Amino acid sequence: MSDSHAKKHDYHLVDPSPWPIVCSLGAFILAVGAMMYMHEIPLISSMPGSYSALFYVGVIIVLYGAYSWWSDVVKEGEHEGHHTAIVQLGLRYGMFLFIVSEVMFFVAWFWAYFNASIFPTEAIGHVWPPQDIQTLDPWHLPFINTLILLTSGTTVTWAHHALQHGDRKTFINMLLFTILLGASFTGIQAYEYVHATFSFDQNIYSSTFYMATGFHGAHVLIGTIFLTICLIRGLKGHFKPDHHFGFEAAAWYWHFVDVVWLILFVSIYIGGAGTIATH
Amino acid sequence: MSNEAHGIPTGWRRWVLSTNHKDIGTMYLIFAIFAGIIGGAFSGLMRGELMEPGIHFLTMFTNGDIEAAKHFFNVLITGHGLIMVFFMVMPALIGGFGNWFVPIMIGAPDMAFPRMNNISFWLLPAAIALLVLSTMMEGATYPGVGAGWTVYAPLATSGHTGPAVDLAIFSLHLAGASSIMGAINFICTIFNMRAPGMTLHKMPLFVWSVLVTVFLLLLSLPVLAGAITMLLTDRNFGTHFFDAAGGGDPILYQHLFWFFGHPEVYILILPGFGLVSHIISTFSRKPIFGYLGMAYAMVAIGVVGFVVWAHHMYTVGMDVDTKAYFTAATMVIAVPTGIKIFSWLATMWGGSIKFETPMLFALGMIFLFTIGGVTGVVLANAGVDTAMHDTYYVVAHFHYTMSMGALFSMFAGWYYWIGKISGKPYPQLVSKIHFWLTFIGVNVIFFPQHFLGLAGMPRRIPDYPDAYAYWNYVSTVGYMITGVGTIFFLIGVVMTLRSKERVGDNQWGEGATTLEWTLSSPPPFHQFNELPKIK
Repeated sequence: MSDSHAKKHDYHLVDPSPWPIVCSLGAFILAVGAMMYMHEIPLISSMPGSYSALFYVGVIIVLYGAYSWWSDVVKEGEHEGHHTAIVQLGLRYGMFLFIVSEVMFFVAWFWAYFNASIFPTEAIGHVWPPQDIQTLDPWHLPFINTLILLTSGTTVTWAHHALQHGDRKTFINMLLFTILLGASFTGIQAYEYVHATFSFDQNIYSSTFYMATGFHGAHVLIGTIFLTICLIRGLKGHFKPDHHFGFEAAAWYWHFVDVVWLILFVSIYIGGAGTIATH
Repeated sequence: MSNEAHGIPTGWRRWVLSTNHKDIGTMYLIFAIFAGIIGGAFSGLMRGELMEPGIHFLTMFTNGDIEAAKHFFNVLITGHGLIMVFFMVMPALIGGFGNWFVPIMIGAPDMAFPRMNNISFWLLPAAIALLVLSTMMEGATYPGVGAGWTVYAPLATSGHTGPAVDLAIFSLHLAGASSIMGAINFICTIFNMRAPGMTLHKMPLFVWSVLVTVFLLLLSLPVLAGAITMLLTDRNFGTHFFDAAGGGDPILYQHLFWFFGHPEVYILILPGFGLVSHIISTFSRKPIFGYLGMAYAMVAIGVVGFVVWAHHMYTVGMDVDTKAYFTAATMVIAVPTGIKIFSWLATMWGGSIKFETPMLFALGMIFLFTIGGVTGVVLANAGVDTAMHDTYYVVAHFHYTMSMGALFSMFAGWYYWIGKISGKPYPQLVSKIHFWLTFIGVNVIFFPQHFLGLAGMPRRIPDYPDAYAYWNYVSTVGYMITGVGTIFFLIGVVMTLRSKERVGDNQWGEGATTLEWTLSSPPPFHQFNELPKIK
């Protein structure tokens, strides 16, 4: 806006934007709402059931802010030509670093898992998995899920190559295929959760199992949404063979989610397998 | 720069919707000053209680209820720590000075992601609001979180069943998200937006210091996010991460916390290291001694800083080999830190030194940080620390590094750059009074705390045996001196902003060589529309 006609460089000087403060406000309301939700403090004292209201208000504001923000980014990149080569390089650095921070987030959950499983305490009988836990058979549905995710990693790369070669039909089809694989993974994971013989709050095994695989599942969901946005954009004719970082970022994220699953599969499902529950 | 007349957003929009690194930096500085006043007031209440033995002071705020006053003391300690770390030092050094001067020093027109820069700032008022709100909600019987800034389990789980801790956890989540986004932004800016010819090995040391700092943030904060999320689910959803009865491990929390917490203390001091390098060089009229060594010393501090965390946990029952490792690794950090101290001294050697206020603060920082560093080497020894752990010796140690190292470098940076930021000069006399009162005051507060610690006085207690009365009294007198010094700082801020005088492009003469001194004071809304060429 201000003086972009005067600038003699390729960086993107972004216009003032309301979305950061909208998202911050939403996050604040979400946090207060989550506290009220967890402690069942009603928003309106005459309505005891209203303790969850503020939380959802916060979620809606954050989602609205995020949607508007990313819409602006798509507009600037796809239609207004602000995403020059060097700006794209910056976005690459940014996405890579974001994934690095996500990796460190999972380090915490794996740390908790290995801390508990390598040194099982007296409370769980000095064995891992704990005596009262019947684990899931890693070579049953979890293995199917591994194959599903690995396949989806292949199809998303296929989609990428198709896009680079200008084959939009294959791009769309493979992207759709990837999303369906992601959705099946989530569905199977939900089925496993429902049918597991140990409950969420049972002991340290269930804590580490559900929180680590749960956060992974949440990331699969986010990755699926990310890819779905790319599919919608693809159907609207966005992305060029040599300019499609929005899609590439989604693919990077998808591969990251894939790798986290492999580590979960090897360490928790296989490494932590004990007495197998019969389905 | 002739494009100033049009296109600059005006009124509240300029600030609230800002995508300008200098405006956002200014908001960070204002935020940090306010947070610093709150955090400083908290320590005033603590020192008021500790001035004499017995619970006699905080009862004024609790209608005479002694138990409530004790909890209030714990809440003050928690709030003081969290506010000073997350809402004062980090916003001032990284958010404020980093935002203002990293892009300028590398010859960039703005940060890589100006809009994300804005949410990094605006998440902080949200985060501190959650923390303030937590003081009004039930913690453990009484309102507020009294678990300390480390929020250890089980004190923060079964010891605090009220919603206050949950709000504090969310406050940390938001502050953490803010810092992670800020870290990504700085790394992208520094890697992607250096002007032609500005190679990494020509980059000013302040930029190097911020680069190392934000890498530490990027890698350590997500681990804290995981740890406090486990705390949250242990508290509210029945998980057993830190619950020994369910096979969990309270020590796990300490490992996760300090895996973040130790890099965090370097996050607080490294930007100060960078700043002091500029100031010493400017007012000695000499380039910094051993530039590359200075840069890589910070990298070394950052790297080694990730593998020393358990020196905060010597008394939890680790085996002796582990303690031997952490002792050795911790003492290794004295080597790169020593390189920095000696390089600053060597920079001054033979220089034509001018004792302007920024230089006074920088010299104060070097002297006092060295004391804190030396007591750090003492505490690094697992055997010695078994006696010192959780005593006032530790409090004295980390306040010498933080409230003298980090705070003095912040004030040094303030006086060094306020002319550039505002275009107006700071008042000479008032700033020097500020320096001397602060310098004397903080030493009177914290030097006696070494004695208290060596005599065995535990930290985080509102009351103590009469034997500790004398040095506690002295320490509180020191607080009063520092408080008066802070008033002089604020007077200086007002006098600066009201000043009719103007400073030129380069206030400090030929010793100041970085790019910000080539711009007007204050710089144009968008600098470097034509990128500078670096020789």
